[in-house]
Amino acid sequence: MKALCEKPKTFIDTATHFCPGCGHGIVLRLIAEIIDAWGIRGKTVGLAPVGCAVLAYNYLDIDMCEAAHGRPPAVATGIKRVHPDHVVFAYQGDGDLAAIGTAEIIHAANRGENITFIFVNNAVYGMTNGQMAPTTLTGQKTATTPSGRDLVNHGYPIRVCELLSVLGGSSYLERVSLSSPENVRKTKKALEKGFKTQMERRGFSLIEILSPCPIYWRMDANEAMRHIDEEMSRTFPLGVIKDWER
Amino acid sequence: MKQLMTGNEAAAEAAIVAGCRYYYGYPITPQNELINYMSMRMPQVGGAFIQAESEIAAINMVYGSAAAGGRAMTSSSSPGISLKQEGISYLAGSELPCVIVNIQRGGPGLGDISASQADYFQAVKGGGHGDYHTIVLAPSSVQEMADLVYDAFDLADKYRNPVMILGDAQIGQLMEPVEFHKRPKKNLPQKTWALTGAEGRKRNIVKSFYPVKGQLEEFNAHLQRKYKTIKDNEVRYETINTHKADVVLVAYGTSARVCTEVVKKSSRLEFKVGLIRPITLWPFPKEVIRRISEKVQCILTVEMSAGQMVEDVRLAVEGRCPVHFYGRTGGGVPTSSQVIKKIVEIVPDNLADTLLQLAEVR
Repeated sequence: MKALCEKPKTFIDTATHFCPGCGHGIVLRLIAEIIDAWGIRGKTVGLAPVGCAVLAYNYLDIDMCEAAHGRPPAVATGIKRVHPDHVVFAYQGDGDLAAIGTAEIIHAANRGENITFIFVNNAVYGMTNGQMAPTTLTGQKTATTPSGRDLVNHGYPIRVCELLSVLGGSSYLERVSLSSPENVRKTKKALEKGFKTQMERRGFSLIEILSPCPIYWRMDANEAMRHIDEEMSRTFPLGVIKDWER
Repeated sequence: MKQLMTGNEAAAEAAIVAGCRYYYGYPITPQNELINYMSMRMPQVGGAFIQAESEIAAINMVYGSAAAGGRAMTSSSSPGISLKQEGISYLAGSELPCVIVNIQRGGPGLGDISASQADYFQAVKGGGHGDYHTIVLAPSSVQEMADLVYDAFDLADKYRNPVMILGDAQIGQLMEPVEFHKRPKKNLPQKTWALTGAEGRKRNIVKSFYPVKGQLEEFNAHLQRKYKTIKDNEVRYETINTHKADVVLVAYGTSARVCTEVVKKSSRLEFKVGLIRPITLWPFPKEVIRRISEKVQCILTVEMSAGQMVEDVRLAVEGRCPVHFYGRTGGGVPTSSQVIKKIVEIVPDNLADTLLQLAEVR
């Protein structure tokens, strides 16, 4: 009997540490599928951030590097200089990329680093019990915004793709989500485009993925998916923000 | 052939000769000659040069290139080195080889841009978080800067450990004749742990995170065993005139140059002053200081700080003789006559007269 769908070889067969309903497992699997399909395991180096995804190297069977909190763009730059023909990608959360690592991501984009950034935005610090992230929605309750994020005290949710789009070095920026099978397929396409951008030496690519965190959103899994479509996507509109092919 | 160069430029050229092809830096006085030189030389040898957006980014680029198996270096001066401490802790925790040059200036805070040795604690006691050490080498001339930079890359690769060159504004900006004659050693371990893409082999992971209880303690025990091997094998120092000396000075870098002059002046008299010049500040030359402390009237530590290395000297001496201190801070450099006056204050009375004559000799 022919199997229609199998676990990717690059995806290590083990229990993950992610919470029920978390989106990280989906994104990591998509990365593994692409590495398998394109046969690039031997020339790929991945970066894990500090935060929920730090243990990404427990799930992806490729050479991987940890980086200090927020520093994956700088570490990835150092790796890419040594292996310019390899596929180097950095996997980062919203606290890592858009708060403590803001300087690093902006300058990596501005230098046009030929690296693919996978930015998982779940609008909350999951690893540390659900504090406010730079992408937390206005009014969203978190461990450090118990009455909801208010603009006067905490400022606005940061739109990373739009921010990076004005920089000369950014080539491909797209925002996708994991809220439905259709959106997951679009996410995979966006990831493929990101890797293609790098392999064709077109410069900096970043795919922002709106991802559910039911535990710290205090929702069940279905509500979390609806929340992405109905609330999150209003602050963070889906779509291609910048594309070297257009 | 000898060339006339600043210490900063010599450090950069020595790194190139040692096979360093990845340099990341950020402008800061008094190390600017180094980053400027690298921006010119790296493209000539097919290497990578990036002027990073911050010291933090620069040290993390070093982390990346080191993890990928390259010989990588960054340089800065005191305030910038403070910013790099997080990265240095991660480099030590991930056991990545690299070279960091600190051309010290006066502090704390923005301080000034004059020579200082006030980053000793930061360099030798860790600096960042966690139980770790960087190997710390302290040149006292432009030639020694070049020689130690070659050695630094070999030591880093041999032990998979960050190595710091601890210079100061004077060593960095002073021009002296220098020759680049050494080549990297050939018998260094293969970097089988490096991230090169897992083609035909098991994957490699470069990390410092050990969330499973017990694993981190085990890893720390491994680090401590490595540090002990380094302490047992890599201590370097120079002694001048310490045989039958009455007073022995302990000083490194620029302070040691001043103290060498003090030793020269005293050689014209019966009273004997010697010098121990640590070349490795970590591992610290504890044994030689302990041995000599048993035979001298007293020891005087001379530093361009409020008294930092003197603590390690006292730990080595363990009360066998009095240990005194003379220091200048905030960019001040001691003169030989200031050091001699300090010796007069601390030596027993019957020797002081001789020394007073000596102070007038200048």
